[in-house]
Amino acid sequence: MWGIVRQRAVDGGFSASSLRRTRSALVSARSYAAGSKEMTVRDALNSAIDEEMSADPKVFVMGEEVGQYQGAYKITKGLLEKYGPERVYDTPITEAGFTGIGVGAAYAGLKPVVEFMTFNFSMQAIDHIINSAAKSNYMSAGQINVPIVFRGPNGAAAGVGAQHSQCYAAWYASVPGLKVLAPYSAEDARGLLKAAIRDPDPVVFLENELLYGESFPISEEALDSSFCLPIGKAKIEREGKDVTIITFSKMVGFALKAAEKLAEEGISAEVINLRSIRPLDRATINASVRKTSRLVTVEEGFPQHGVCAEICASVVEESFSYLDAPVERIAGADVPMPYAANLERLALPQVEDIVRAAKRACFRSK
Amino acid sequence: MALSRLSSRSTTLLHPLATTSLLRRRHISTDTTPLTVETSLPFTSHLISPPSRSVSTSSQELLSFFHDMALMRRMEIAADSLYKAKLIRGFCHLYDGQEAVAIGMEAAITKKDAIITSYRDHCTFLGRGGGLYEAFSELMGRKTGCSNGKGGSMHFYKKDASFYGGHGIVGAQAPLGCGLAFAQKYLKDEAVTFTLYGDGAANQGQLFEALNIAALWDLPAVLVCENNHYGMGTAEWRSAKSPAYFKRGDYVPGLKVDGMDALAVKQACKFAKEHALKNGPIILEMDTYRYHGHSMSDPGSTYRTRDEISGVRQVRDPIDRVRKLIISHDIATEKELKDMEKEVRKEVDEAVAQAKESPIPEPSELFTNIYVKGFGSESFGADRKELRATLP
Repeated sequence: MWGIVRQRAVDGGFSASSLRRTRSALVSARSYAAGSKEMTVRDALNSAIDEEMSADPKVFVMGEEVGQYQGAYKITKGLLEKYGPERVYDTPITEAGFTGIGVGAAYAGLKPVVEFMTFNFSMQAIDHIINSAAKSNYMSAGQINVPIVFRGPNGAAAGVGAQHSQCYAAWYASVPGLKVLAPYSAEDARGLLKAAIRDPDPVVFLENELLYGESFPISEEALDSSFCLPIGKAKIEREGKDVTIITFSKMVGFALKAAEKLAEEGISAEVINLRSIRPLDRATINASVRKTSRLVTVEEGFPQHGVCAEICASVVEESFSYLDAPVERIAGADVPMPYAANLERLALPQVEDIVRAAKRACFRSK
Repeated sequence: MALSRLSSRSTTLLHPLATTSLLRRRHISTDTTPLTVETSLPFTSHLISPPSRSVSTSSQELLSFFHDMALMRRMEIAADSLYKAKLIRGFCHLYDGQEAVAIGMEAAITKKDAIITSYRDHCTFLGRGGGLYEAFSELMGRKTGCSNGKGGSMHFYKKDASFYGGHGIVGAQAPLGCGLAFAQKYLKDEAVTFTLYGDGAANQGQLFEALNIAALWDLPAVLVCENNHYGMGTAEWRSAKSPAYFKRGDYVPGLKVDGMDALAVKQACKFAKEHALKNGPIILEMDTYRYHGHSMSDPGSTYRTRDEISGVRQVRDPIDRVRKLIISHDIATEKELKDMEKEVRKEVDEAVAQAKESPIPEPSELFTNIYVKGFGSESFGADRKELRATLP
């Protein structure tokens, strides 16, 4: 899966502090053209946690099966052996308890990386994420910041049913005080997780189980241990001029496929990978829609009050006179996730849904 | 369950110690004359006097135990194959090894008593009267499934038999079960609720919150910890400061039971039901074991040795225990039991074959049962302008 079609200085960019070399953009373009290395998202996440643990002794990992079992999805593989039981903690199946403990440790200045086996289980601990973590810096007027990362797979997997398939991006991203990140590619995974672990605020890091095994090209720069991506900046994965397609996580891959199909029909789609749900990169979103005049937003989660709803609102508020067509939302179906394969397919966005919406926005369908 | 399938040509009960052969051909005994068997181990108790080790049973009951456990075992093994053939998707948590808990419990209670459990629910469903065809259909996502294909492995239900599922979130069923008990008391049902959870769930705070309320309000709740010693990949000693789960209720009495002995389970459940109806909650810890890993995604051998697994299978297997009892009491011969197992295998194979042919759900099922009363509101597919439905 080649997620990075183009990598330019214009796309999302890297913050000055993360670039200590002078050869940045040149290296990216050159390394891509020269046949870059590939890395799975799983390895990207694992290496990011490893490097941050190595750089800062206050960083520790906590969660179910993260240590001896090597991680339910093998994201924390090898970390217990490398850093020992004082840095990698296997917890009982008690999310409310261990999340609260993690937040308490962060109050005291440690930097926990708390894993939820899936974000569905984070609901057992959501009070601590919102009330104990997100709001503390504000309530204490800056005395108590919470440098914690909550990470794990989010959204639908394959056939796991209603209680194991929900996307929590909209819920967490509505809360001031939290930062919410959603990587797509291996480079996103590395850069965003390292940024999250270094960040002094609580970060909800939404991964995707089905992306763990996917390989992406990765630049030499992204492989460097000081590599970091800026929080709050979206990436233009594919430039286009006719319609803007905005999404995050696994749907970025679907949007890129849709863009290929649209190109065959003469429609040039610009695909934006949000990377950061909160803060939301309204500048990049609006600049793109002002360029193309048409918007299609895509997410896997439930449609009502979703991430797409916020993007549409922002565009209608800020760029109304630039729009040539109604804004379009493609989202998960407004139903609990069914188990049967044919129903599950109907409940999730497919490439053809994105194509259809883009064509509607271009007035190329009924 | 399927006792009518057994021959009832003769009801002669042989003396358990008889060793002489008869001139007349002996048939499998389906006698209901009481037979007393001692449990393998004594009960250990907390804050209560344990029940007697002598369990009243009968030939008919022992044979039904054997048949029903063999059916459950066969169903789970068939599910394993179907999962590997990718006909079952997502998560699949198998119960083989733990059959005695489901079977012993059913023998002690009625369908008015409620059961609620975790995602490891296939055999509990069967015990409540669920059918193989609807189980396999559900596992394969067909519309003939017990949840019309919409629930999957973790979400089997049978409300008409007071089986309330089938829950995916570890520990959630604990307060839910106490809620069922609350309703039974409120409605004066004279029935109790058995809430099953694992050693992995035993540390969940919500369990203690619900237990506290159940004890305060004298709810007829029996909390059953199916201690198979591993919470996914974590052994009990690594997750619980006190793995004496039957004592964890503190002020709530508890009983530790050999969960591989169906008769011990039956005795304990009978005792617990009587207690709960009069005195409120009680905890039963079933010492049991699962042969498979946590789920089909877990090999089950990275955190325990294969020797341990085969050791339990050789010494404590619940079906073999009942088999030996049946043979030693001359209720049936080894060959007759093997024939019964062959019948069971055939029955399971037929149900699988039938389920494989059954249809997938209609697309319109995407929008059914969201609400009981939808008030004409709309629901949407992935493309809201392309697919939408009005909820009745």
